Amino acid sequence: MSEFFAMGGYAAYVWSAFGITAFTMIVLAVLARRADRRALDRIRRREENRK
Amino acid sequence: MWTWFHKLASPPHFYRIGGKLLPWFGVLTLLLMAWGLYGGLVLAPMDYQQKDAFRIIYVHGPSAWMSMFTYMMMAVAAGIGLIWRMKLAHVVAHAVAPIGAVFTFCALVTGSIWGKPMWGTWWVWDARLTSELLLLFLYLGYMALAGAFDDRKQGDRASAILAIVGVVNIPIIHYSVEWWNTLHQGPTVTKFDTPSISWEMLWPLLVMALAFKLYLFTVATWRVRAEILQREQRSAWTRDLK
Repeated sequence: MSEFFAMGGYAAYVWSAFGITAFTMIVLAVLARRADRRALDRIRRREENRK
Repeated sequence: MWTWFHKLASPPHFYRIGGKLLPWFGVLTLLLMAWGLYGGLVLAPMDYQQKDAFRIIYVHGPSAWMSMFTYMMMAVAAGIGLIWRMKLAHVVAHAVAPIGAVFTFCALVTGSIWGKPMWGTWWVWDARLTSELLLLFLYLGYMALAGAFDDRKQGDRASAILAIVGVVNIPIIHYSVEWWNTLHQGPTVTKFDTPSISWEMLWPLLVMALAFKLYLFTVATWRVRAEILQREQRSAWTRDLK
């Protein structure tokens, strides 16, 4: 297992490449999902107030 | 077929169809990512020259391909919006721009991290790296221009023209490793007749590329839906949303 994480001595390079990619892609996905939810919430609240 | 297409191009229909597709896109993205990562990091054999450092290809390759694919998608959508005045096409172009920028950023950063142990340098100003950096600036310029106008129609049109002009950069990126001398390696995957990569190394790369494509569709659908609701908040159909 520790051999797997060591990546033959290239651990710092391999894991930082995967880590940075995962981080930016996850942040973008979370923001997009939140924007979708919030847009719908705003419409729903508006309809509540109309009633 | 055409009526289906016209229906999809109408914002309320896209909103609903997108909502139905999202769970499938999301689950498929996660499954493919897990499968591709396991294949690339665990199952694929070590490269005899680059050892385990070659595994960076499993994030670098897909981000680089998708940075170009997303740009073409953005430019085609912007072109459709410009020619046929289709509102939804501009929304799609706006929605994919930051996703393409993230792919480009990841391609540049992971390439740099890969270059350090293999080439001995983080960066060289060669054609491949410089044209990919230009791609990042095209995305950022597009996003800035699209948001710079008070009149949304003007912003849509101006940014669409920039997106279309920027397409010339795509073949430059693709062929840069053949046209100019460079540290960057030539294509390994696109020449299928004489593949210079073994199948055990290749299949996780293809799975990762597919995973990145589904990630694009998932995140784009979220972003398109959000922008549709924002643009159409005064339309009657939004009143019936549950």
